[in-house]
Amino acid sequence: MIGSKLARIVLVVVFITLLAVPLIMKRVASRRETGALDETAALNRYGFRLSEVARTSGIDFTHQAPTLDRQLDHIMPQVASMGAAVSVVDYDRDGWSDLYVTNSGEGSKNALFKNNTDGSFKDVAPEMGVADLNQAGTGVSMGSVWGDYDNDGYEDLFLYKWGKPELFHNDAGQKFTRVSEKAGLPSWVNANTAVWFDYDRDGRLDLFLGGYYAEDVDLWHLKNTKMMPESFEYAKNGGRKYLFRNLGDGSFEEVSQKVGIDTRRWALAATVADLRGTGNQDLFIANDYGISELFFNDGKQFREAGKQTGVGFSPKSGMNASVGDILNQGRYSIYVSNISEEGILIQGNNLWVPREGTVGDSLKYDNLARAMDVEIGGWSFGAQFGDLNNDGTLDLYLVNGYVSADRNQNYWYDFSKIAGGNSTIISDAAHWPAMDGRSLSGYQQKKVWLNDGAGKFLNVAQAVGVSDVFDGRAVALVDLWNRGVLDVVVANQKGPLLIYKNNVTPENKWISFELEGAVSNRSAIGAEVRLFWDGRQQVQQVSGGSGFCSQNQRRLHFGVGKNPRIEKAEIRWPSGKIETIDRPSAGQLYRIKEAA
Amino acid sequence: MSQSSVQPSVQPVGALEVPARGRIRFDNRYIAPLFISFILLVGHLFYGILESYERTALAIVAALVTELILGRIFFGKWLNLASAYISGISVGILIRSPAFWPYALCSVLSIMSKYVLRVKGRHLWNPSNFGICVLLFLAPETVAALTIQWGNFIWPMLVIWILGSIIIWRAKRFHISAAYVISFFAFAFLRSWITGDPWRSEISPITGPMYQLFVFFMVTDPKTTVKSKKWQCIVVIVVAFVEMLLRLNQVVYAPLYALFIVGPAAMLIEIWLESRRSVA
Repeated sequence: MIGSKLARIVLVVVFITLLAVPLIMKRVASRRETGALDETAALNRYGFRLSEVARTSGIDFTHQAPTLDRQLDHIMPQVASMGAAVSVVDYDRDGWSDLYVTNSGEGSKNALFKNNTDGSFKDVAPEMGVADLNQAGTGVSMGSVWGDYDNDGYEDLFLYKWGKPELFHNDAGQKFTRVSEKAGLPSWVNANTAVWFDYDRDGRLDLFLGGYYAEDVDLWHLKNTKMMPESFEYAKNGGRKYLFRNLGDGSFEEVSQKVGIDTRRWALAATVADLRGTGNQDLFIANDYGISELFFNDGKQFREAGKQTGVGFSPKSGMNASVGDILNQGRYSIYVSNISEEGILIQGNNLWVPREGTVGDSLKYDNLARAMDVEIGGWSFGAQFGDLNNDGTLDLYLVNGYVSADRNQNYWYDFSKIAGGNSTIISDAAHWPAMDGRSLSGYQQKKVWLNDGAGKFLNVAQAVGVSDVFDGRAVALVDLWNRGVLDVVVANQKGPLLIYKNNVTPENKWISFELEGAVSNRSAIGAEVRLFWDGRQQVQQVSGGSGFCSQNQRRLHFGVGKNPRIEKAEIRWPSGKIETIDRPSAGQLYRIKEAA
Repeated sequence: MSQSSVQPSVQPVGALEVPARGRIRFDNRYIAPLFISFILLVGHLFYGILESYERTALAIVAALVTELILGRIFFGKWLNLASAYISGISVGILIRSPAFWPYALCSVLSIMSKYVLRVKGRHLWNPSNFGICVLLFLAPETVAALTIQWGNFIWPMLVIWILGSIIIWRAKRFHISAAYVISFFAFAFLRSWITGDPWRSEISPITGPMYQLFVFFMVTDPKTTVKSKKWQCIVVIVVAFVEMLLRLNQVVYAPLYALFIVGPAAMLIEIWLESRRSVA
């Protein structure tokens, strides 16, 4: 009897103790994050600090959202919730990065901020002919990517829209000429992602374009309201995908089905990288309302390998795709952002890290987002890897927030109510309850995750000066003032364009590479630099688009920490050529042209 | 009633018929576990509903181990694990978390609740309902319940509805599920009338996956429902009514919380009435 009583007392104590476990876990997690720090303290502790300088740099740009068909009025904020985008380009080849920013209100203007090299910028989009691109009837801008499709040395502009996609030829940095018809672009695509890459390695840039809504949907003139996803996590009624093969005469051939890319998932972000070490760039697509897709590129044909590699199994709400060698092991990990809302929906973001010992076609990924503490980011959108403090490891900048409206009321209950239902209900916008000014994961804190080099990331956003709570969409990393640091540009939905100027401790050194192809495409998109220093290595690639609706600077920026001894930089061009620079110096920008 | 004389719930739905001695016959206790395993398997193979096999396996193993240990300690024998298996697999399906620990903790708390939270030898909460609600209360930053993370197509639901109905019909508990479903629809239309939201949005949740488990396995749990048929129906109607009130207050997990509140209250009332009768 006494034994039984004792056992029962022990049972109750254990039960109560277990009830306290979640609270303990929460406390442990909250201890890791730090509050705001001043400049000196941030530099001392983390090696960098960010200051928002858009206005003082002459940039006063606020994104406008579109106003779609009136049948969507009741849920307009969540449907018209994208379009703020930023891409980095040196369009006039003056050696200073410029910014192209999209707007999405009908009649609103896009902006091309020319870098004046003195710390200020000037919007030159109107005189360059790339401003007034959101006219009624043509759709509105969603994003842009730059690539030198005709190898004339100047980066050309591809603009994707919910509407008519446009290609602009860069006329030696003096003007842009619209060449969409000659290029053979389709008349209407509701796209949210595009990437330049040379999939067949013929020295000419090809273009991937990913549809979100189906291409027969004109969001301003709906035939009916059945244009929503058929499922929150298994939808296949989105837009088709396009792969435009560059024919070299200014025209493109659409070859997606021919080469094996045939999917109607709701693509929100795509990026490419040579994930298997084959020399070919594989295509990764992060899909909303479903699983991610990974297409292995065999040079002429693509094979979907999402399930095989592990990245395409658990359906979530993919909104970002960016790659980075986060473990300094010479291999790319892939970051996919999803949705997490406390107490309602915890999808968690995915950090797909290649499993050790798996290479080539046997490549497998493990989601280490939780283990590395980059999992919970709110309603996450764009993210980019970059060494923000030049310590030799890639950090991660994430923006988030979906609809910031009434701070005291949220739409989550209604959202979850409808999203859990049958496809006939969820797919019809008329069945969705009205938002009535309520927020949906609004006013969220951004994440600046600092890589400790030992397998963990620490969110230091507040500590290093990132406190904005706008609805972030696109983020791009760029050395705006040629100082050997990565600054951060953020495009916010219905919010201002933010420029975070980076102040990095001078003890941490850097080295940069600017590549120009000769046999390979002139933008050198797909080229890799593998840097070896102090017994470490890191690989980076020139990208034709990554993150969400964004493109980083072409230049590859490596932080190399204190007193580095750099052994070599190995450049692998898309043509297959390999060049090596022995003992390059820190603190230098190397401009390398591929040998013809 | 002394502790040693009463066992915790070890009989899931379908455990009402005892196999006749000497006859080779399928034990009805395993119908429900097989059915729920079937749902899980089909859901995962077709839709990949699980975050990972490991998490679901962890939830099941944690439930089984807890039941084995506690059964051994408090009843001196190895208990049948059908009920614990259902609790574990329900946790594995209904809890969504990128972390591992919530799956184990939820299962352990679910099973422990049967041994700790008892009145007159009867446990009050449906085990997995208790565990899931506790995790949702205490760890909302890490845990969510399955609401929108399953296929929204109708045919798998139809299969589940038909099979589930057959099984609970055999278990003589179909009336409970039917009473709940009918009252859910009635209250859904009432909510639509009150809020002005489309009626389809109000009935939308019951077409989703969480409700299949809720309707077939939670509200019908023999050990945490009252005894008379009439009162079983009344209790689930009250569950649906409380759910409506919670929904009007925009509570996402309204059905789970409604059962969490109403189920034990009904049990306590029944226990109190029974004790009064026995005294009289």
